[in-house]
Amino acid sequence: MDMKATQKKMSLKDRYRHLTRGLDWETTYQPMDVVFPYDKYEGIKVHDWDKWEDPFRLTMDAYWKYQAEKERKLYAILDSFNQSNGHLNVTDARYINAIKIFFTAVPQVEYMAHRGFSIAGRQFRGVGPRVACQMQAIDEIRHAQTQIHTASNYNKYYNGINAFVHQYPRMWYQSVGKSFIDDAITGGPFEWMVAIGFSFEYVLTNLVFVPFVSGAAYNGDVGTMTFGFSAQSDEARHMTLGLECIKFMLEQDPDNLPIVQGWIDKWTWRGTRFLSLIGAMMDYMLPKRVMSWREAWDIYFEQNGGALFRDLARYGIKVPDCVAQAAEAKEHVSHQLWAALYQWNFGTMFHTWIPSPEELDWLSAKYPDTFDKYYRPRWEMWAQMEKEGKRYVNAGGLGANCQVCQFPMIFTEPGDPTKLCHRQTVYKKEKYHFCSDHCQHIFENEPEKYIQSWLPVNQMLQGNMGGGGLEEFFKWVHLRPGIDNMGFEGSEDQRNFAQWRGMATTNS
Amino acid sequence: MQIDLRTVEIKPLRQTFDHLAERFGDKPATRYQEGTYDIQQTWLYHYRPTWEPDLEIFDERRTRIRMKDWYDFKDPRQYYYGAYTIARAKQQEAADSAFAFAVENGMVEALPERSRELMLQFLVPARHAEWGANMNNMFMSAYGYGTAFEAACNYAAMDRLGIAQQISRIGLALGGEEALHAAKELWLRGASWQPLRRYLEDSFVVKDWFELFVAQNLVLDGLLYPFLYRHLRTLISADGNAFHGLATKFMSDWDSEATRWVDAIVKTAVAESAENKLLVSEWAFDYFGRGTEALAALAVAAFGSDAEAVVGVITDELKARLQKLGIWEGE
Repeated sequence: MDMKATQKKMSLKDRYRHLTRGLDWETTYQPMDVVFPYDKYEGIKVHDWDKWEDPFRLTMDAYWKYQAEKERKLYAILDSFNQSNGHLNVTDARYINAIKIFFTAVPQVEYMAHRGFSIAGRQFRGVGPRVACQMQAIDEIRHAQTQIHTASNYNKYYNGINAFVHQYPRMWYQSVGKSFIDDAITGGPFEWMVAIGFSFEYVLTNLVFVPFVSGAAYNGDVGTMTFGFSAQSDEARHMTLGLECIKFMLEQDPDNLPIVQGWIDKWTWRGTRFLSLIGAMMDYMLPKRVMSWREAWDIYFEQNGGALFRDLARYGIKVPDCVAQAAEAKEHVSHQLWAALYQWNFGTMFHTWIPSPEELDWLSAKYPDTFDKYYRPRWEMWAQMEKEGKRYVNAGGLGANCQVCQFPMIFTEPGDPTKLCHRQTVYKKEKYHFCSDHCQHIFENEPEKYIQSWLPVNQMLQGNMGGGGLEEFFKWVHLRPGIDNMGFEGSEDQRNFAQWRGMATTNS
Repeated sequence: MQIDLRTVEIKPLRQTFDHLAERFGDKPATRYQEGTYDIQQTWLYHYRPTWEPDLEIFDERRTRIRMKDWYDFKDPRQYYYGAYTIARAKQQEAADSAFAFAVENGMVEALPERSRELMLQFLVPARHAEWGANMNNMFMSAYGYGTAFEAACNYAAMDRLGIAQQISRIGLALGGEEALHAAKELWLRGASWQPLRRYLEDSFVVKDWFELFVAQNLVLDGLLYPFLYRHLRTLISADGNAFHGLATKFMSDWDSEATRWVDAIVKTAVAESAENKLLVSEWAFDYFGRGTEALAALAVAAFGSDAEAVVGVITDELKARLQKLGIWEGE
């Protein structure tokens, strides 16, 4: 073979092309449809995988180099945070309850994202998306692990994080996040990309990371802040991947539009419901507040998301209908959810409390149209009851779960915040309940999927959560009633934090 | 004199998470343990996959291997993501400087024609085989059971992409884009590469992830790596040029490290039960035959009359390894 070494310098784009797409070939000993069996059944038509525009061009040598540098820094900071008892520098031990909610759910969801991207990283027949998904797969296990490693030190000193592996499938409210990601991974690879790559990573992730990580920074939590910032630089890559995937599908064939629009509608609502938990954290759990949930929604969803949807309009994509309801709900969900967590606090692994008078005033200022009218009176009544030694507990148990998002029926009717919203439908002679029109529509599009939902309230009544009684439930879910939960005032966490901070800051 | 800096000491409530305390007792866990054990959920999935409705999202029935505890498949290297990327970044740095040293010192231009041809015909097309190995390890990461096993497969998949890219850089250094095109042509149509391509394409449709592990990581790598990075290297350095050795340092280092992991996994599966042992033995035997055929086709083209001896050495070594793992009876 006679061959001269080419002298001309290759462009980065061409080089990257050789180092990724050039590797692939059309199989002939086995049919391509058998090698890649899952990228057609969802109905997405792809005519030319080569039209995929690589959203970032990272070869493995560069990937290892950048990521190793980030890991070295991250673990150096974590080690020093742990060694110097950095947890005692947080504003107030109440704050630690916010990260309990995060650490007991998010690493597991990140892990599922890792598996979902492993599937996509094997199953797309186009090399461009396949390689990009592989990198996201390994990034996501990074996020799961760095979060667990950050949680590890908190777990040694505070209650409620110790049983996160047991509680992820068992804790009633965790089924909201778990059903969300399980729903996504059981879809095909294209729906996965819309659910996680686009709706979650692009449209909604800033609502998790920015407020949560800023919350950590505002409240002196260097550990959480560090993994958060470190993960954010991966997220930037993930966001461009999600957006590229949407554009690719829409550019490939006009028949793809209604399918993609349906997924965007579904996953925007699924994500919005899931994120209500972050709303409660921001408005009620951070001793030093960053901004209200409503403000975060305005900036990260309405402004940023609005610009995105304007950009996608040229492909025929419309803003999902659910956005109108979400815009109204931003005034309410955090209050409704914190009230739910307060009254069912005996079944969670974190503490709750009634906002202080100052905090009530902050909420009034942030929610001038709704807080004083609908929510302050309830908190003042419950504060009075606590004072009289009659802390309100909803012993009657939870209402029904929504068949789709799996929240208990705690959210109110659009247009009437005094009335709980409840929808129902009959499918194959069985009755199913929903928290909203949008969850009902999601069900009606795929009833065979959602009749499979494992709903905590039903399971409890059937004796499938430890046996039937509360005592059995506590054991089954690894909860120590009164130690892991209920009022923060007088809790072991509160006592220990005060004592340890005293040891660290005084000589007595 | 040693001075201990004092930090305020407070007594922790517990040393580790409940699930790790149940396994190892309440003592501080390693970052590998924290990032690995029991992280994959094992029950209550809400929905069946639309892509495989007969099975759960994670389902033990995706392989015929049976384990009481899937976390027995631990990684002897104890890689969690941080440890993994830091190790690879170091290896890559060393490989880059070796490669740069060779290029800067004119070793590519000085490469005797025979060596150059050998590399173009027998090393550069192997980038496609690495890409196949990437796909197979992604499959094991996607459908394998338990974080211990599958996370290591995700790392291995990225390793194989990295190696495919490293081989491509060698191709570009040897002959620019044309070298890569010619290599692909050989991969697709060259007679000596077809048995290997068929082996890989057949492996792409294997559904049992442990069978795939045996086919790819144990047998095929066990045959191909000694061929490419020992015997071919020896043949080329006989021409008095170290380019091959310097340019493929990463692969040799990687192979000896990965072999430790692969052997640990196989050993564990085999030790679990007679049924596992029988299955793995059958798989190993079957793929050994097909893999040897693929290797022989390449060896004949590269080594001519010495091919039989080369194949004999490589297959004997693999047999000895399989014997040690308890899955090869007789000679």
